[in-house]
Amino acid sequence: MTDFNEVNKWYVSLFDEFEKNLNGESKLPIHLLRKKAIEDFSALSFPTKKNEEWRFTNISPLLQTRFELAAKAPTVSQEEVDRFRFNGMKCPMMVFINGFYSDRLSELSSLKGKMTVKNISSALKENNPQISKHFAKYADSSNQIFTALSTAFIKDGAFIHVPEGKIIEEPLHVLFLTTSKEEKILSHPRNLFIIDKNSQVSIIEHYAGLDESVYFTNAVTEISVGENAIVRHTKFQEESKSSFHIARMETVQQSNSNFTSNMISFGGEISRNDFNIRFIGTGAESELNGLFMTEGNQLFDAHTLIDHASPLCSSHELYKGILDDKSRGVFNGKVIVRRDAQKTNAFQENNNILLSGDALIDTKPQLEIFADDVKCSHGATIGQLDNEALFYLKSRGIGEKASRDILIHAFASDVVRRIKINEIREHLENILTEKFSRKNEN
Amino acid sequence: MLLEIKNLHANVAGKEILKGINLSINEGEVHAIMGPNGSGKSTLAQVLAGREEYEVTKGEVIFKGKNLLSLSPEDRAREGIFLAFQYPVEIPGVSNTNMLKTAVNEIRKYRGEEEYDAIEFLQMIKSKMKLVELEQTLLSRAVNEGYSGGEKKRNEIFQMAVLEPTLAILDETDSGLDIDALRVVSNGVNKLRAPDKAVILVTHYQRLLNYIIPDFVHVLYKGKIVKSGGKELALELEEKGYDFIKDNSGVLV
Repeated sequence: MTDFNEVNKWYVSLFDEFEKNLNGESKLPIHLLRKKAIEDFSALSFPTKKNEEWRFTNISPLLQTRFELAAKAPTVSQEEVDRFRFNGMKCPMMVFINGFYSDRLSELSSLKGKMTVKNISSALKENNPQISKHFAKYADSSNQIFTALSTAFIKDGAFIHVPEGKIIEEPLHVLFLTTSKEEKILSHPRNLFIIDKNSQVSIIEHYAGLDESVYFTNAVTEISVGENAIVRHTKFQEESKSSFHIARMETVQQSNSNFTSNMISFGGEISRNDFNIRFIGTGAESELNGLFMTEGNQLFDAHTLIDHASPLCSSHELYKGILDDKSRGVFNGKVIVRRDAQKTNAFQENNNILLSGDALIDTKPQLEIFADDVKCSHGATIGQLDNEALFYLKSRGIGEKASRDILIHAFASDVVRRIKINEIREHLENILTEKFSRKNEN
Repeated sequence: MLLEIKNLHANVAGKEILKGINLSINEGEVHAIMGPNGSGKSTLAQVLAGREEYEVTKGEVIFKGKNLLSLSPEDRAREGIFLAFQYPVEIPGVSNTNMLKTAVNEIRKYRGEEEYDAIEFLQMIKSKMKLVELEQTLLSRAVNEGYSGGEKKRNEIFQMAVLEPTLAILDETDSGLDIDALRVVSNGVNKLRAPDKAVILVTHYQRLLNYIIPDFVHVLYKGKIVKSGGKELALELEEKGYDFIKDNSGVLV
């Protein structure tokens, strides 16, 4: 049994150490935010299964490990980084190693003059006006312990600001690579993406382990989508299978904006995603596509919340899970339609296949509707690979392995084909093939 | 001899459905298997294709000199058996073309032939489409998803044309087809008749046999073939109904 108080104290002691090493940075206005957050953190306790939002996700394996803050980034070669480009995709790339920005490994020159891309630590130091306006304004620390932890340990992450009326055609690849050799390290990627009116951008948030080591990534991303702006966000999570990945994304959307979230996840021993979207202007649209694959003893948990706080907005959510071995999945999709949010259109669906008799999924749609002129639907399915379809394919001469492969691809296909970036789509197809081919060999 | 079924017994969910089937089929022949509902026609078709849920309890099936029952469903297909399903399965997310390309190439690989490249495959496919008057759009659509009943059946015959089996088993391919679709399907089958190939037509109705003329007609009743004859037997059945089999089944065996 883990003593939660002891864990809490451990992180507070890490904070003291962290604060000492901040030197001049502790004089910046941001430090008040950190101090407030560590106070929030001390007052909060880690969630147990008694907490409704964590009912199916037992985080005690995470709490049993005493993580250390990464002291400085280890040397990683350009070749090692290039391995993580999707199908060799040449696009601007921002690279973080163990949470620290690497200027040497990043390549952002083609974006110069079009938009601001820098690490958040620099943006904080220069007191960028966008920081005071947006930073920590969407992801509240006072009631969420992992966000409090993130805010207390703000150090680095990606800061992106697309000014009004800019169409950025190349995707921007933000890579968080972690490698944990001796000590088990903890990093807090903290991202802020601000996309102004009439702009368009595609951002890839990519989390990966350089090796199969034990570490803890606690990421928070805040996204502000301006009026009539278009943002495509892809999260690709392929952390080490022994790592812990806790992430939160908070998106606010102004009128007539369009936000797409593609969430692909197959790493981590335990991974938890809180994806929250709030419509604060009318006529905005959101699309959330998710695909998660788990095997071994992995646990994946997605909690999404779409807050229809304004009228005439529409949201379309499709999450699919493929679970093998003894792995577990959790999907909790909440949609709130506020009283004034008339003419809301909200669609949600979660489909899962269990490839083994020991895999388990808990799926829970939650609709809270306070307006009376809305169109909302939700559905959830859990099943196995269709035996009829398997026999049909085999009767055409297609082998067992290839038939299973075809059906798994087919199951994932409506999420995969929604990914607009070809290289990511191809990369994902390859992963699907490799992952399940290997399994079916026996 | 292409196929020899000897004293075949099979259970479905613990219940014996096939109770000793004997049947021999030579290259170039078309055999019709008729019989009332529940007589075991579809079970026989599925057992030959290798459906795992159907348990063979006794007997043997020799196909091209090999023990068919020891082969997996995919190896049976690669050896040249094709089953046109009574209820073709819908497979969302898998296009007809992709399924067929995988199938054709797995079969070619098994036979030690070179796999088709994309262009060769498309050329081959196009020539076969004409055979069953299949619309091009059906190719890129998901397998059987949202097809009409007639389209599904035509798609089965199209797949058969592409896979070029030595033994095609058509399981009630005619049921539910209007006369135009029936003509298209029958034409497709007739064009594929060849001296080295054989066809088993499983059907409830004589109507199909006006278009595909069988060499032999067998009547299946309660899991056994109770009467065999030439094409005229189908007409007799049409005239007298299955009741005449039932009344005399004891005598006719």
